[in-house]
Amino acid sequence: MIEFSQVSRSFTVGDQQVAALRGIDLNITAGDYVSIMGPSGSGKSTLLNLIGLLDRPSSGTYKLDGGNVTALDDVQQARVRSEKIGFVFQSFHLVPRLTAAMNIELPMILAGIPPAERKTRVVKLLENYGLTDRADHRPDQLSGGQRQRVAIARATSMHPAVLLADEPTGNLDQTTGKEVMSLLEQLVEQNVALIVVTHDPVIGGRAVRQIHMVDGQIVSETGRSK
Amino acid sequence: MRLIDVAQFATGSLRGSPTRTLLMMLAMSIGVAAVVVLTALGEGARRYVISQFSSLGTNLVIVLPGRTETAGIGPGMLLGQTPREISLDDAEAVLRSRAVKRIAPLTVGSAMLSRDALNREVVVLGSTSDLLEVRHMSLGLGKFLPEGDIHESASVCVLGNLIRRELFGNEQAVGQWVRLGDRRFRVIGVLAEQGESMGMRTDELVIVPVASAHQLFNTSGLFRILIEAKSRDAIEQAKRDAEEIMFQRHKGEKDVTVITQDAVLATFDRILTALTMAVGGIAAISLAVAGVLIMNVMLIAVAQRVKEIGLLKALGAPGRQIRALFFAEAALLSTIGSAAGLVLGYAGSIIIGQIYPSLPVSPPWWAVLAACATALGTGILFSVWPARRAARLDPVTALAGR
Repeated sequence: MIEFSQVSRSFTVGDQQVAALRGIDLNITAGDYVSIMGPSGSGKSTLLNLIGLLDRPSSGTYKLDGGNVTALDDVQQARVRSEKIGFVFQSFHLVPRLTAAMNIELPMILAGIPPAERKTRVVKLLENYGLTDRADHRPDQLSGGQRQRVAIARATSMHPAVLLADEPTGNLDQTTGKEVMSLLEQLVEQNVALIVVTHDPVIGGRAVRQIHMVDGQIVSETGRSK
Repeated sequence: MRLIDVAQFATGSLRGSPTRTLLMMLAMSIGVAAVVVLTALGEGARRYVISQFSSLGTNLVIVLPGRTETAGIGPGMLLGQTPREISLDDAEAVLRSRAVKRIAPLTVGSAMLSRDALNREVVVLGSTSDLLEVRHMSLGLGKFLPEGDIHESASVCVLGNLIRRELFGNEQAVGQWVRLGDRRFRVIGVLAEQGESMGMRTDELVIVPVASAHQLFNTSGLFRILIEAKSRDAIEQAKRDAEEIMFQRHKGEKDVTVITQDAVLATFDRILTALTMAVGGIAAISLAVAGVLIMNVMLIAVAQRVKEIGLLKALGAPGRQIRALFFAEAALLSTIGSAAGLVLGYAGSIIIGQIYPSLPVSPPWWAVLAACATALGTGILFSVWPARRAARLDPVTALAGR
């Protein structure tokens, strides 16, 4: 489903070209559970941003579901993000003035889904993630675990094929971190490709496929694709 | 994204920072209110002047002695002659024109009015019976000046209401005798209370037959001839006829000025409309200032909401959608702001109307429309740059909050 061939990304810092990714080849299929680990600066976040179409590679091609998505323009890429990709962030990124229910509804509002359909999906998601009695709470009235559950519900509201999680447990204690991970892992059983970026070996170790990166390159890979 | 959702989202983000929203609306509404109040004042002044002119009479043509135009040098000027005066016969001759309905010659002077021990200085108007109609005066008691020969100097007078009160109090005035200068006059009527018109208080006038006034002041020339044309269309004809008749009677010399009420009115109308527009334009500058304020605050808002914008992009919002959201915010702000401004402006106009009841204060519709359009226009125009800046943010750096 996700095919990276010889993807590189370099940034200009001052008058120097700094390579964040060098010639990455990567294949991920539906239902894969992949963790990307490595020290900070190894390029794991850059890789995640490229998969999520938030960034464009300097060279190489990226095919998603067989189509070359590097060539798409801003509007087309936005649509691909809306339909196929879900994000879960370390700092949750909930809109502070919106309630939990409205935060979950946000991607569907942006996609122009009719209100009636939105309401039924939100109710179901709130139920699935045990947030029904927190529906009208704003993020500052929720605990860290609850916030991340809202974020996961939001990421899955458009039924994405790929879920990208950037340090999803980074701001959580160990117990809630594990709870959040198991919620994410449930999605893998629904054939969603889950990609988790982390520097925590315990969290990373839970994945079926484990990728280690150093200096913008994949240095080792354990486990297999489905 | 549905339009209603755009509006809801924009409302939500405006509510999210109430102080900022309130301040921007305040700026916008003060601008709109300023335009409304100032144009209302200008329009009020215009209507006041027009109503004053209309109270003079309808379809009026006025003949005054002397030439105010500088159309070359006439022989009279070289010889140092004063212009020929307008005589009573000149006034009667004007009636020959078919465009003229009636005339009222006018002589003005001041004299001492006394009854027994009471006396005061008054303005004396010498005229004929037609003055009542021509000048739209109304009679309160008794009769107005008698009709008949214009040269007859009857010893009768009509008093303004205030003069009557001062001289007679609660006594019957009609039929009594008063002394005006060195002559005795019989009071035959009292004018109805009318207040001020064109700076002349009719309540403090004494009106006598024009020939009597001439004797009283020892003159033979008229101050004005008021001519009422038969209809609005006949005004121009009446003016030409009056000029022609005076030209012939004054031996081929154009030594009188004939003006029409319409022309004077039109001039005032033009001047005051221009003034209203100028004042409104100055007020509109405050709207532009409000626009700049909105831009500034919007730019700050974009900077403050960088993370949110990054999130929206990650959730699948293309740049144009984010631009639309910021536009919607600006449009909403200016709409509510100008609505509040209209309320404020109308309230202000009403208050001014209460303070100055004689001024018919009401904002002209074009100014209200222009104010709202300018408010909306500046609001949206000045949000173009912030909205574009938001739409162009790089999602990766935006999400990182950098």
